[in-house]
Amino acid sequence: MLRILRQIFRTGIVTEPLPPEEEAKIELVGARLEESVKRVFAGSLTIRQVDAGSCNACELEIHALNNSIYNCERFGITFTASPRFADMLLVTGPVSVNMAIALKRTYDAMPPPKLVVAVGDCGYNGGIFGKSYASLGGVANVIPVDAYIHGCPPSPSVLLSGILEAVGARRLSIGK
Amino acid sequence: MTDTLHRALVADLRESNIIELPQGGATALRVPLPYFVRSAEVMKTAGARLAAEWGVDETPFGNGFAVWAAYNLGTEYLLVTAALDAAKPAFGTLTGQYLAAFRFERQIMSLMGLTVKGHPDPRPWIKHEDWPQDAYPLRKTCDASAPMPRVEGTYQWIPAVGEGVFEIPVGPVHAGIIEPGHFRFQAVGEKILNLEARLGYVHKGIEKRFESLSWQDAAKLAGRVSGDTTVAHALAYAMAVESAAGCAVPPRAQWLRGLLLERERMANHLADLAALCNDVAFAFGYYQFWNLRETMLRMNKTLFGHRLLMDAIVPGGVSVDLAEGAKEDIALEIHGVIAEFKRLMEIYDDNASLKDRLYGSGVFPQSAAFDLGVVGIAARASGQGLDARLQNPFPPYDTVVPKMHVLHSGDAHSRGWVRVEEVRDGARLIAEILAGMPTGATSAPLTAPAAGSAGFSAVEGWRGEILCWVQAGPDGGINRCMVRDPSAVNWLALEQSIKQDMVPDFPLVNKSFNNSYSGNDL
Ligand code: SF4
Repeated sequence: MLRILRQIFRTGIVTEPLPPEEEAKIELVGARLEESVKRVFAGSLTIRQVDAGSCNACELEIHALNNSIYNCERFGITFTASPRFADMLLVTGPVSVNMAIALKRTYDAMPPPKLVVAVGDCGYNGGIFGKSYASLGGVANVIPVDAYIHGCPPSPSVLLSGILEAVGARRLSIGK
Repeated sequence: MTDTLHRALVADLRESNIIELPQGGATALRVPLPYFVRSAEVMKTAGARLAAEWGVDETPFGNGFAVWAAYNLGTEYLLVTAALDAAKPAFGTLTGQYLAAFRFERQIMSLMGLTVKGHPDPRPWIKHEDWPQDAYPLRKTCDASAPMPRVEGTYQWIPAVGEGVFEIPVGPVHAGIIEPGHFRFQAVGEKILNLEARLGYVHKGIEKRFESLSWQDAAKLAGRVSGDTTVAHALAYAMAVESAAGCAVPPRAQWLRGLLLERERMANHLADLAALCNDVAFAFGYYQFWNLRETMLRMNKTLFGHRLLMDAIVPGGVSVDLAEGAKEDIALEIHGVIAEFKRLMEIYDDNASLKDRLYGSGVFPQSAAFDLGVVGIAARASGQGLDARLQNPFPPYDTVVPKMHVLHSGDAHSRGWVRVEEVRDGARLIAEILAGMPTGATSAPLTAPAAGSAGFSAVEGWRGEILCWVQAGPDGGINRCMVRDPSAVNWLALEQSIKQDMVPDFPLVNKSFNNSYSGNDL
């Protein structure tokens, strides 16, 4: 136990001990996200992530949002297992033929406002896998998409920016 | 390379029955179809492992189909093939000799439409029940770009009956940020009687896609077979192509490849140790190990332009190089990571709750590991001395020799501990690779493989052995690219290791294997 405590003190708070430009990016994202999340989702944004056919690298970077460096929870962002609690659906990969039904069902199970963010070049247009007998291409071919986060895979800081953009856009349309 | 298997086959089938085919990276022998099963018997007797089995549509050559099998014993990889009829392609099952053939052949039946006589379980695999029955995407007659119609169909699960037996269906969408697949547990109370995995959800037609890409572009696709293993998959593909084309890769490129491969291994092992801690609710370990992984990914980005090292490996060499001062940066980084790792391991190794969950969970017996022909971490944790870096010691591994850590208890703890040892050894390998780094060019021009030529390679990715086989068509393009991710064999191990456990231990045991869905489903 003592060793654990010692290591915790030695580590300190590692959230964003980043090179300056990375730090700025995340901070900026964070502050704006916090504000819009507060307004639109009463201080918490709950995300259901679905891999609809990705190569799994997008998952690795999304996973990193939870680590102590990107620490997405400080912005009120949490990942949920159940689509019933989800404000946002974060979808990776080209949508494979074999996942299309499961993706559609997950989307249908969400309560409104059903914000959908498609992640990665694959989520945008199928990426290197394209459209084929096995791949339906981008996420928008199966469910409506509110925002795209480009990259192969997008880095954790780019992911945070993209999530912000999506939330901001939604706020505008709700405000109308 | 030894030739024990080659000699055993020649001795048994006689020289006149065997034709040696032009093939880079391994010896390839064509045998008459009636001898295909016999050759498996000979291989089994000689102690070989069935590493892969696949079908090829050779109609562009004016032939019919072909079935291929890759065997391995020590440093020898031997490929055995037989030609099949164009109209009614069929061959006898190898499941009588090798359990590993079970899924390979289901896949051959499902995607290439070859008949496997005597196969005990002809249910489709990867191909889901709502595909048209006659959809055989790997056949040349199938237009891969056309959308596939959906049909009605059901999947037959293996039933369990009896008093108090119930089923728990899980997936394809799982609770966390992970890949999709379906698991069907049959249980009594908390105890698991049987687990049947059903995969294929992330099948995106990768093997077929290869056939429409140039040799260069296909390297990018290979790097996305399983994104967490981008270096090893791109390397396996590049080496297969280079061996088909007879392309000599400059020494510096080979050593840089080794460096990238070992960095990928360390970063993934650190993530897996973090995930193991997470699954036993040891949040401290999760965050700490993940910090170390993040350190490595950032260095990757700084030095090589990509956190996961995608597209760093190209046919003919590498697309990256060490800039001024990079060696020192890496040395410092690894020194820091290992110092932290050492402190964390004292805690990890001394933590009662970790031990309680990891020791004795998900035991995968040594005999099953041998019979199923599993590879990589899962094999080494269950007493199997397999490591493709030693079986196929391309530079730098001919001089910088990895230490193989073989454990015997086959539980979640051993699978974790193999990773621990490999993180430590990875630091040594990286230091030695940097110290011995040759000077010179980082890539050689790739001449396209000649029509009809083929190439094979075996690379030890962080999960285990990756195999790749490429064949150039009559037009000089890719006629077939077979990829065998370690997960294609190791998923069977998960089913076998969970039988004595409770349902709540499944996530932990699953994580201790951490098989790839994408690499399996292709
Ligand atoms: S965008 Fe790139 S990293 Fe993400 S799933 Fe597609 S290939 Fe993989």
